[in-house]
Amino acid sequence: MAASVIYPNVEEFDQLISGGTPVLVDFWAEWCMPCKMLGPVIEQLGEQYQGRVTVAKVDVDEHSELAARYGIQSIPTVIIFNKGEIVDTIVGLRNPDAYTKVLDGLLNG
Amino acid sequence: MSDRIDIAVIGGGPAGLSAAINAVARGKTVRVLSASETPLKRAETVDNYLGFYNITGGDLMKKFEEHALALGIATEHGRAANIMPLGNYFMINFSGNIIEATTVILAIGVARIREIPGEAEFLGKGVSYCATCDGMLFRGKKAVVWGLASDAVEEANFLHGIGVDVTFAAKGGRPEELNADIPFISGAVSEIIGEKSVTAVKINKDIVDTEGVFILRQAIAPTNLVPGLETENGYIKVNNKMETNIPGLFAAGDCTGVPLQLSKAVGEGLVAAQMAAKYIDSLK
Repeated sequence: MAASVIYPNVEEFDQLISGGTPVLVDFWAEWCMPCKMLGPVIEQLGEQYQGRVTVAKVDVDEHSELAARYGIQSIPTVIIFNKGEIVDTIVGLRNPDAYTKVLDGLLNG
Repeated sequence: MSDRIDIAVIGGGPAGLSAAINAVARGKTVRVLSASETPLKRAETVDNYLGFYNITGGDLMKKFEEHALALGIATEHGRAANIMPLGNYFMINFSGNIIEATTVILAIGVARIREIPGEAEFLGKGVSYCATCDGMLFRGKKAVVWGLASDAVEEANFLHGIGVDVTFAAKGGRPEELNADIPFISGAVSEIIGEKSVTAVKINKDIVDTEGVFILRQAIAPTNLVPGLETENGYIKVNNKMETNIPGLFAAGDCTGVPLQLSKAVGEGLVAAQMAAKYIDSLK
């Protein structure tokens, strides 16, 4: 079984978001407590949407280039992409509904 | 998993301690996490709490704390910055440590939070409520720390320590514990200015250029504390079992609404604890 959450590098990231599958990206860091709290939710989303949405995590320290590109100033920040475009940016800790609502809208829209 | 507790009580006032002693009475493991002092301590006299006529709020609170201590409940002081519901348990970010609990009882009292212009608009775009969460993203950048809470100086020193170019703003004189290298402005932030993200803040009449502003209040709005929590007129929405809209999350005391009175807080604490205990038993 493929991993339900992936950790792309910058090159893989660019390929991912321009592809045909919607992508949910969680910008996080090792030292960020709220990010750790969101972790189980992101993993659950990865399982729930496996095959329909790509769920990825980007460490803002490791890939500061990506964090800078999207102006990440608070983490966790989740950005949802579809065909290379940003569909939604969700800052801070939210309950799972906040993410599933956007994803379901995309998949059913 | 072994250190996951049954009930985390957020708040060490009358509602919180009432919940805690009743949780212990039901054989549940409990921790009381408190950010600030209860306003009861400042009440000159309390005349409407049955059995205690003409007593000071401070003396009454002392009795409550002694009662809790006798049952092995010692309030832990710190800041609960976030509480995350995760289905059958919760994660609590308490002063930078994660605590896991099966249920949570919010007994956080009421806080007068007045948002300033630009605050909501730039949240996550330069505005932050948590230095230890977002501090690293402002390394090498300018940030204003607006200290409205007693531990704000520590947070400002922390940010300075990790390489943020900090300016500290608070009312009154320069705090003694503030790192000598941090500039201090006496006053309050009245407005946050920016375009895509924060570029400046207004302190008194002056515009201060900055990329970040950390607003450190004594309290956090309940909806910022727990994602998805329903409120009504600023109070946490509960039913008569003290259940919120989130399973396993209960609330008691002033945070659930008027009357903001001691007897109501103590009664609600009991109901919340018993219902939390029942909820825990139903999971087994």
